[in-house]
Amino acid sequence: MRSLIDILDLTTEEINDLVAVASDIIQNPAAYAHKCDGKILATLFFEPSTRTRLSFESAMLSLGGQTLGFSEASSSSASKGESVADTVRTVSCYSDIIAMRHPKEGAPLVAAMHATVPVINAGDGGHNHPTQTLTDLLTIHHEKGRFDGLTVGLCGDLKFGRTVHSLINALSRYEDIRIVLISPEELKLPSYVKKDVLQKNNIPYLQTTDLEAVMPELDILYMTRVQRERFFNEEDYLRLKDSYILTPEKLANAKADLSILHPLPRVNEISVAVDQDPRAAYFRQARYGRFIRMALIMKLLGIQ
Amino acid sequence: MIIDAIKNGIVIDHIAAGKCMELYQILGLGDLDCSVAILKNVTSRKLGRKDIIKIDRNLELDWDVIGYVDPNITVNIIRDGEQVEKRQLKMPETITNVLHCRNPRCITSVEQELPQVFKLTDRANRVYRCLYCETKAGK
Repeated sequence: MRSLIDILDLTTEEINDLVAVASDIIQNPAAYAHKCDGKILATLFFEPSTRTRLSFESAMLSLGGQTLGFSEASSSSASKGESVADTVRTVSCYSDIIAMRHPKEGAPLVAAMHATVPVINAGDGGHNHPTQTLTDLLTIHHEKGRFDGLTVGLCGDLKFGRTVHSLINALSRYEDIRIVLISPEELKLPSYVKKDVLQKNNIPYLQTTDLEAVMPELDILYMTRVQRERFFNEEDYLRLKDSYILTPEKLANAKADLSILHPLPRVNEISVAVDQDPRAAYFRQARYGRFIRMALIMKLLGIQ
Repeated sequence: MIIDAIKNGIVIDHIAAGKCMELYQILGLGDLDCSVAILKNVTSRKLGRKDIIKIDRNLELDWDVIGYVDPNITVNIIRDGEQVEKRQLKMPETITNVLHCRNPRCITSVEQELPQVFKLTDRANRVYRCLYCETKAGK
């Protein structure tokens, strides 16, 4: 039995296979409409995340399966003090696969250690969010047709932004990748990610606070939201939340084939005026999230 | 300064200078009812300065804990005044219920019955990280 807790649990070949299956699903959804008939996905969301939960549920329903679960801790036994281990032992009796989001880092790993069905980490605090990374990779593959030879700009909260850390980890395994890190000083990429991932894999990277200066170099611009829930101090959040707001004017010098990604939800870091720009890929990205999760559910359930 | 040789017991030698109290605490040596001698800042040909702990009794020690604190430590087992074993230590791959994760966002901060497991992630720099949240262990 296999779970997915960290994007590094998957080999590059496995990621490429998932991208290939997801691409085939996009082309031929009817062929996959009954792949999970009779199977049940439990969505255990100990903190609200409408988008991720719905994309998991949509994925399972699109495969012919069914879903059950809860969307916040207050409607689960966690509110009575039940441990994650006990919750997943019980839910394993009622489902074939679990997708779990939890505000505490490492909770999905604890779940995977005690569940008797596969567990998918649907986000654990500021730690890992592997299915977002798979979504990002599928988006990049569809937008660019390749993973190699890209200059990828990551902008916003690079300190607490788990999607950024996971994406850097995943991209570091491809050839000729260049990373541009754009953030305020206070939200810079943690040094251990730079050391353990970028430097260790000899990935060239540039660190800057100036988005417009590096805009012409970018093939991908990955915008992130400064997340209120990651701050202990409201003052720090308010001071940093508007550090980067992407507008059509700031895109003036961007490449014609730039792809703008964002894990969503956005607050104001991308102006709605950018939505009309064909380079804005973030809503296409949300759509890809459903297909890559379909491919992942099938893989973890051992369904060809 | 002279400390009497022990007849039956353990000598924990080549402790990096200044580390003996950490080891004393982590091994719970304060709970023993036998004599425990702590020698700090002893001249050493190998290390320049070192600490030594002498325990006047043979007992089972957690070798992994000692290896975590300092893998260069040597442990000598003494019986009837003779050294019967000299043990070289190594860094353990994992260490359980010795350290506590300091990350308030870690699942162990709310589920305190979970074992506190740290794994070795960088042998060259002796870095251990929490199994659950990957926060670096603070020494």
